[in-house]
Amino acid sequence: MHLICYVQHNNFARSTNNYRFKQVNQQTKTLMNIRVDNLTKRYGNQNAIDHISFEVKSGEILGFLGPNGAGKTTTMKIITCFMAPSEGDVRMGDYSVLTDAEMLKKRIGYLPENNPLYLDMPVIEYLQFSAAIQGVPKEQVKGRIKEMVRLCGLDKEKHKNIGELSKGYRQRVGLAQAMIHNPDVLILDEPTTGLDPNQIVEIRELIREMGKEKTVIFSTHILPEVEATCDRVIIINDGKIVADGAPSELRKQASGAEVSRLRIEDGNPNNILEQLRTIDTIALADFNGFTYTVESKRGETSRRAIFKLCVDNNWVITEMSPIERDLEEVFRNVTMG
Amino acid sequence: MNKIWVIAKRELSTFFDSLIAYILLIVFLGFSGFFTWLYGSDVFLTGQASIQPFFAIAYWTLFFFIPALTMKMFAEEKNTGTIELLLTKAVSDWDVIIGKFLACLTLVGIAIAFSLPWYLTVWWLGPVDHGAVWCGYIGLLLMSAAYIGIGLLSSSITNSQIVAFLLSLLIGVFFLILFQVLANSMSGIFSYVFDYLSISTHFESITRGVIDSKDVFYFLSIAIVCLVATEAILSQRRLLDR
Repeated sequence: MHLICYVQHNNFARSTNNYRFKQVNQQTKTLMNIRVDNLTKRYGNQNAIDHISFEVKSGEILGFLGPNGAGKTTTMKIITCFMAPSEGDVRMGDYSVLTDAEMLKKRIGYLPENNPLYLDMPVIEYLQFSAAIQGVPKEQVKGRIKEMVRLCGLDKEKHKNIGELSKGYRQRVGLAQAMIHNPDVLILDEPTTGLDPNQIVEIRELIREMGKEKTVIFSTHILPEVEATCDRVIIINDGKIVADGAPSELRKQASGAEVSRLRIEDGNPNNILEQLRTIDTIALADFNGFTYTVESKRGETSRRAIFKLCVDNNWVITEMSPIERDLEEVFRNVTMG
Repeated sequence: MNKIWVIAKRELSTFFDSLIAYILLIVFLGFSGFFTWLYGSDVFLTGQASIQPFFAIAYWTLFFFIPALTMKMFAEEKNTGTIELLLTKAVSDWDVIIGKFLACLTLVGIAIAFSLPWYLTVWWLGPVDHGAVWCGYIGLLLMSAAYIGIGLLSSSITNSQIVAFLLSLLIGVFFLILFQVLANSMSGIFSYVFDYLSISTHFESITRGVIDSKDVFYFLSIAIVCLVATEAILSQRRLLDR
């Protein structure tokens, strides 16, 4: 299925590859690292976010993960200068959200949660409005809109009112308005909610493409998305950062030990279980009536030993499959703990 | 300045796309025309080429119509979340507020301008006090500015358009009627203060043909105080609650 999506949307991917950011000033671009420093937001007595600090470099895509209500949206609202923090600061380049909001807003593209749009406006008119309000020079507006329409695949729908569009197309309009002024920083709050699988693939492709030139932060609670798109993941829970690293790193951390699922026939289960436990590299062995779950000691592998054991006893192995811990498990571990 | 115009233009085109503008124009002109020409103390009854009945009616129709224009300004944006989209663009809160204010004022201005034919036809019937007419028009615009300020303030307080509408009518009733009633029922300094606060005092003095800087100051200060309060409400989200 995945493969089919890919073939179908190959065209789209190719068009994004051609995307150029000619007008971007090389010097300003490299300066737009985001540094979040001890950020806190209180609502009454409750801390929506609690002294979080992290840094995102230009050209990096940061996935912002967390259960609902963890503080993702609040953090994004502060970064985009919509809200002020209770404590701490966010700096982008040499600017601070506390003092240079006007400067920063020009350089940030933002897709808010639930993608609010003026539904009564036609797509093109809305993009013109967004460009004008973001201060895109008049002579560039037409070109930028054309570029966005192509990039976001809006060509068929561009003369409709936004209210008449399907959710997927509205999302593309939301992305187009966020990128119309070619910002250095892109903040996307759950950009793929409510899209069908094909559209999700396209939007991810688009984000990955954007990430090469810009600093991108996007939030989601869909885990495969993070693995597919991000260079780095931050998981937050209850307003605190509970994990920070590359997706592969996080997975490795969680899956320290090798775990396998076995199905062994032609033997007495109790006997098999006892014999398995005698192998020195095995830390844990368990039987659930159908399959055995075997966890090796950290850094050890016991597959060969298991095979040898079965051969010696004339048992037949009908299944031996590694259980990989995925990010989902990392997520559950760090957010439920 | 450019940003203000962009915002005002969008609001105006929304008015015209959503029929609000046409409804306002038709009903405003219909009402005021009806009472100027056909009913009550109209031109033919009084036998005078006077356009005063028009101002008296416009005074009331605007009282109902302006809240209908302003109610959606912030309430709807807050309700749908577009306010977040708008305020994270490269505009200041003031750009947004003044843009919306100018859009409403422009639409009311267009409505008032369309009533010029009545002035011209009445003029054709007989001699008209031109000074009083032009003062009346200026008075209507100034009063509209004050109402729009009140309307925007009400709209910024709530997420609900209906609440915004009723709230601005309520505030309007105070300025239009209740302050006058209070002024009449009290004496001394209170009577003077309430009389000063009443819109009708200032509007009547303008439509008589005298533009007093006191009256201009009165209307503009209502508008400005309301807009400043609106800004204070909008910028609450950016207050540092340390």
